[in-house]
Amino acid sequence: MSAPAVAPPAEVQPPGLQDPPAPRKRRGKTKLPYWLIIPAIVVVVVGTGYPLIWQFITSFKEYGLAQQFGQAAEFVGLQNYTEMLTDSGFWIIVLKSVAFCVVTAAATMVLGIGLALVMKNTGKGLRLTLQIALLLAWAMPVVAYMTVWTWLFDDRNGIVNYLLSLIPGVDLIGHDWLINPWSFFAVASIIITWYSVPFVAFSAYAGFTQVNDEVLEAAQLDGASGFQMTRRIILPIIKPVLSIVFLLQLIWDLRVFAQIQLLQDAGSFGSQYDLLGTYIYKLGTGSQDFGLAATASIVVMILTLGLSWVYVRQLLKEDEQS
Amino acid sequence: MNTTKKSPAAKVLWGTIALVATIAWAFPVYWMLNSSFLPRATLESLTPTFLPFGGSLSNYESALDDGTFLRALGMSAAITFLTLIVCIAFAFLAALAISRFRFRGRKSFVLAVLVIQMIPAEALFIAQYKMVAGFGMLNTVVGVSLIYTATVIPFTIWMLRGFVAGIPAELEEAAMVDGLSRNQAFMRITFPLLAPGLVASGVYAFLQAWNEFAVALILLPDGTKATLPLWLRGFLQDSAVNQTNWGEVMAASTLVAVPVIVFFMFVQGRMTQGLVGGAVKG
Repeated sequence: MSAPAVAPPAEVQPPGLQDPPAPRKRRGKTKLPYWLIIPAIVVVVVGTGYPLIWQFITSFKEYGLAQQFGQAAEFVGLQNYTEMLTDSGFWIIVLKSVAFCVVTAAATMVLGIGLALVMKNTGKGLRLTLQIALLLAWAMPVVAYMTVWTWLFDDRNGIVNYLLSLIPGVDLIGHDWLINPWSFFAVASIIITWYSVPFVAFSAYAGFTQVNDEVLEAAQLDGASGFQMTRRIILPIIKPVLSIVFLLQLIWDLRVFAQIQLLQDAGSFGSQYDLLGTYIYKLGTGSQDFGLAATASIVVMILTLGLSWVYVRQLLKEDEQS
Repeated sequence: MNTTKKSPAAKVLWGTIALVATIAWAFPVYWMLNSSFLPRATLESLTPTFLPFGGSLSNYESALDDGTFLRALGMSAAITFLTLIVCIAFAFLAALAISRFRFRGRKSFVLAVLVIQMIPAEALFIAQYKMVAGFGMLNTVVGVSLIYTATVIPFTIWMLRGFVAGIPAELEEAAMVDGLSRNQAFMRITFPLLAPGLVASGVYAFLQAWNEFAVALILLPDGTKATLPLWLRGFLQDSAVNQTNWGEVMAASTLVAVPVIVFFMFVQGRMTQGLVGGAVKG
């Protein structure tokens, strides 16, 4: 499901960080824990495990025209991999995806931390209105917000073009942002940032509220400026939270599918508007080339797992401490 | 935590930024609502109308008119309900196992729970399609729910594990010393304390299943079986065939978004407490 992929509202956090110390575990020869985990294992093995293995095996098979008429696909060894890894088109997509993900995640972090600072430095009323606005954005279902943003960026009657055209000397009425690949991805990045910032802002703000007031007072007595205190005291304290949040953003933004697909619906449909998600989708559903699609999937998976290994290791450590 | 005294200028500056940010984040949602009340002619005029005066509900009437919305609502409700129930029940059992017992294979299980979440969904689309088609379950509630449950369950286990671990086993043990059986102790002491955790993970599973787009797109090719997100996409595409009627499309978006927003606002306090709070505590 694209769900975790698109940074859904509830998937707020580096889960389970700092659980309270766990109780003593029961020991003994009981078989009970195995019975308890079996239902979950069965569901995951069927829904995720089997497709994963199928995907892996299929990545070594060749699918062509004959297979569309029901002939069984043949094993071709590493042919799909060599074909894919020597295809410059694939590498361009990978590079584009990585660049898109880094830029979007970085923008999200900067704005999110900025807004957390705003919440920290404003009175209750302003803070609450800002928080409600952020929650509104965060609660929007992906298809709904993509539809709304498509309307905002509409070439003829979109409010964005209208507002930009108010600037003297600018006339953008009728300008279609989704035709040029650069502006296509810029629009995608703006939308995804808009959607992801609330999560970062709330996490960072929650981090700020953990900073001990007395420490700050002491620093102030010693003559530290607000900027110095932010840099030297607050940032180091919330760094662990922020690094996990950043990592999650990277993972999610590398996996964007729904947003790109829906933006392609609205604008242009061609390989120069693809990122990895839509690229694989088109390979599999459009060209029915399951072998190559599976190969690309495996490559994406290795990329993501490599990236998220840091995160997983961190969580495992938490588990051991508990 | 505002220990620093701020100059009036700084206050004004922070306040201004807060206002600008509020507008930036709320505006798309506001614009959706605003446009949904306005007639086509107003929306297509050269100057935008910022307030929905003179608006009507006719866009909503046209969006609801052919009954497909209700059908999609039913489909979404069925899939979400099934996913939610199965997911919470199974995840709860597994969370108990890993937070209350030490057993051989526990560590690998925890590792699997974490790693599985990192598998990109796009990487499995095609295989899941082939598998569900093989089961003869394309266009069915069960087929989609199966994939949703498998996707959501690892995170739910991890979340619930935190909540279970937060309740000291000593509480149960004390109750057992006082004469309750282990099951009684669990049902009367631990289970009630777990309610917020169950709600938080339930909300998570709900939102995942309700808003999901990509898997539904692949597993429900039959238009009459569309879920709400697919219905909205279809509505936009139909409208785009001859010059998109944005008023109607925004009414359709509102119909899909508002229930989720209301629900989200309602449980948000508990969620941020359970999720973000847990993330930064200590």
